[in-house]
Amino acid sequence: MANNHYDAIVVGSGISGGWAAKELTEKGLKVLLLERGRNIEHVKDYHNADKEAWDYPHRDHATQEMQEKFPVLKRDYALNESTLGLWADEQAHPYVEEKRFDWFRGYHVGGRSLMWGRQSYRLSPTDFEANQREGIAVDWPIRYEDLAPWYDYVERFAGIAGTREGLDILPDGQFLPPIELNCVEKDVARRIERAFDGQRRLIHSRVANITQPKPEQNRVDCQYRNKCWLGCPYGAYFSTQSATLPAAMKTGNLTLRPFSIVSQVLYDKDRKRARGVEVIDAENHQTYEYTADVVFLNASAFNSTWILMNSATDVWEGGLGSSSGELGHNVMDHHFRCGASGDVEGYLDKYYFGRRPAGFYIPRFRNVGDERRDYVRGFGYQGAASRLGWDREIAELNIGAELKQALSQPGGWTIGMTGFGEMLPYHENRIALDHGVRDKWGLPVLAISVELKQNERDMRTDMVQDAVDLLEAAGVRNVKGEEEDYAPGMGIHEMGTARMGRDPATSVLNGYNQVWDAPNVFVTDGACMTSSSCVNPSLTYMALTARAVDHAVEELKRGDLS
Amino acid sequence: MNRRELLKMITVATGTALVGGNSLFAFSASDECDRGFSAEDIQRLDELAETILPRTDTPGAKDAEVGAFMSVFVSACYTPEERGLFQQGLAQLDARSRAAHDRDFLSLDDAQRRDLVVELDREARAQVEASGEPHYFTLMKQLTLFGFFTSEVGATEVLRYEAVPGRYDGCMPYEEGEPAWAT
Repeated sequence: MANNHYDAIVVGSGISGGWAAKELTEKGLKVLLLERGRNIEHVKDYHNADKEAWDYPHRDHATQEMQEKFPVLKRDYALNESTLGLWADEQAHPYVEEKRFDWFRGYHVGGRSLMWGRQSYRLSPTDFEANQREGIAVDWPIRYEDLAPWYDYVERFAGIAGTREGLDILPDGQFLPPIELNCVEKDVARRIERAFDGQRRLIHSRVANITQPKPEQNRVDCQYRNKCWLGCPYGAYFSTQSATLPAAMKTGNLTLRPFSIVSQVLYDKDRKRARGVEVIDAENHQTYEYTADVVFLNASAFNSTWILMNSATDVWEGGLGSSSGELGHNVMDHHFRCGASGDVEGYLDKYYFGRRPAGFYIPRFRNVGDERRDYVRGFGYQGAASRLGWDREIAELNIGAELKQALSQPGGWTIGMTGFGEMLPYHENRIALDHGVRDKWGLPVLAISVELKQNERDMRTDMVQDAVDLLEAAGVRNVKGEEEDYAPGMGIHEMGTARMGRDPATSVLNGYNQVWDAPNVFVTDGACMTSSSCVNPSLTYMALTARAVDHAVEELKRGDLS
Repeated sequence: MNRRELLKMITVATGTALVGGNSLFAFSASDECDRGFSAEDIQRLDELAETILPRTDTPGAKDAEVGAFMSVFVSACYTPEERGLFQQGLAQLDARSRAAHDRDFLSLDDAQRRDLVVELDREARAQVEASGEPHYFTLMKQLTLFGFFTSEVGATEVLRYEAVPGRYDGCMPYEEGEPAWAT
C-alpha cells in the first residue's frame, strides 16, 4: 500500500463528520474521510430534485414490494419513491430489536445531512445544568458558555434563518433573516402571547436554509420549493455536500473514500493511543489499514459506538471506552407525535405564495423558572398553519362538476403542531453487539433495547393538553388533541451511548469529546450527548465538532496526542 | 410535505385515510385472487372517474388518465386483501348496472351512470361511518381524487403549480374562485 498514513481520519460523512473534515483540513491536516456507503455528488446525483408527484409511477407512495424490503422504514413517512435509495438497505444492514426501535439510517456520502429536518436550535444553559441539579445520570463536563462561541461559528457558516427573541430557554444565535410566518400564524402568535402573558411564545422556526445567498460557498438562497430532502440544486440548505465537503475539498487536504466500512479502531496499548482504523471495502470485501495521529468517529450515534465496542477487545472485553461501564448505554431520542390541530376561522381572502421549508416553533415553557410538574424537563412544539387542499372532506358534495370545482379551490385554514420532548438518559436503555447475527460483511450487528419510562409518559400527557390549551387560547376552533403511535428511534435523533462526562469511571468521553482511554480518538456525533434537551440536536453536534477539532489540533501541536 | 409540520390525516374526501402505501387498515377477509386489469377494466375506471370528476371548462379525470393510474397503483401498492376488494368492486359495477338497467356499466348513459355513482357514494359513506371499513367505492373515489389532483394535468391545469416559486409570501391576497396550489 503506497501511502496509508494521514494526519487525521474521520469516520462518517454526515453532519458532524463533514464538519470534522472541514475543520481539520482547513487547519492544514491531511485528512482521510471514510464513508461506508456510496458517493452522492452535489447536484449531479440529485436525480429526483426536480420531480413532482406525477413523475413517479405511484405518485411517491410506497409499493408492497418496497414495504417488504424496508420493514422498518415503512413504519413512518420515510418510505416513498422520491427518497428511495437514500435510506440504508435493511437486508444488507440488519439489526436486532430486543424492543421495537425504528432506526432510520442513511449510508452514503452526506449521510442524513441530505434528508434532515434542518431545525436548528441551541441547547440552553439550563440544558447543560439539569443533570447535576436534578441528580440524573452524570453532569455535562461543559456549560453553555463553553459552546456558545462555537455555536456562533457554525451558525455563521451553515446559515441559519431565524429571529432573535431574547429567551433564556432558547438562546439566540447568528441568524439570517427568518422564513416568514404566514398571516394566520402571526395572528395566533399574538393571541398566544397575550393569553399567556408572554410566558409562552410562538416564534419562527430556526432552520438551516439560507435566506441570503452565500456566493463564497456557491450557495443560492432558498427558492421555496420545499424539496430539501431530495437534495437541493441551489445548495440552499446545509448539508455535507452543499457546505462542508466543498470547503474541505478546496484545501487540497482531503481524501474521500466511499464504500469504506470501519470495522475497528486500531489500538496501541503501549502508547494508549489509537494508531488508525481497519477498513473493510464494502464492494470487494478486502481489509485495509489506515493510520493517523488522530481519529474522529462521526459514524452516527449507534455506529460510532459500534466501532468502539469492536475495538481493543483484547484489552477490554467490551471494547474501547467500555471501562466506564457506560459504553452503549443511556440511549436517547426525542419522543414526539403528541400535539393538536384545529380550524382557524376567517382569513379566507388570504393565501400564500411559495412552499416554505419551515414553520413555527413554540419554545419549551414547562419546568422553566420555579415551575415543577410531576415530571422533569420539557418539550417544544413545531407546527404550521395552512389552507386545506383537495384532500379535504366536503360533506355536502358527493360527485360531479361541483365537487371538482370546490376541491380545486383552497379550503379553510387549519393549524397543527406536534411536541418534541426530552428523553432522560437511562442506563438500561442500551445497544449491544449481537455476535449471533452478522451483516453482509460478517460483522456482528447491534441489538437495541430502548423504552420510554414514566417521566416521558407523564410529559406526553402535557404535550397533548398544552397543545390543546395553546390553540384554544388563540381562538382556534374544533381543536383536537392527538397522541399518535411513537416508538423510540422515530425522532431520528439517536443520542447517548458514549456520553461525555467529568469522570472516566462514569463516562466514555471527556469534556473535549476524547475517549478517556485513547485521547486521540474523538467522538462528536450524537453518541456524545450527556442529556438530550428537547431541541433538535444537529446544530449542537456541529458546534461540539468544531470545538473538538480546535482542541485536537492544539494538542497535536503540543505533542499531547502522540 | 414536511413530516413534522402537521398532525394531518389525509382523508381524501372519503372519511378514511388513503388506502395503500402505508395504511394500516384492517380488512375483513375478501377475495384475494388477483385478476389483474384488462383494457376494459381501465375503461370502466375511466368512466367511473370521469363521473366523479368530469371535464368542464377544465380537464377531467379521463384527460388525466386516472383509470390507468388506478390500475397501476392498486396492482403495486395495495395488499392482496385491498386488491381483492377493489376488483370485486369492479365486478359489482357491472352487476349493479345490469340489475338496474339490464346493461353493463360501460353501456349506461351519463344520467344512469351518475345515478349509480351517487348511490354508491351514499352507500360507501354510510358504511365508513357505521363500521369504519372502506367500501370498494371508497377506494375508487379516493384513487380518483388522488390520481387526478396529483397528475400533471390536474396539478397544472386545474390546480395551480409553480415549479420554482423563488420567494415566500405568507399573506397573499386571495379571491374566491382562484385555484388552490397543487403542492
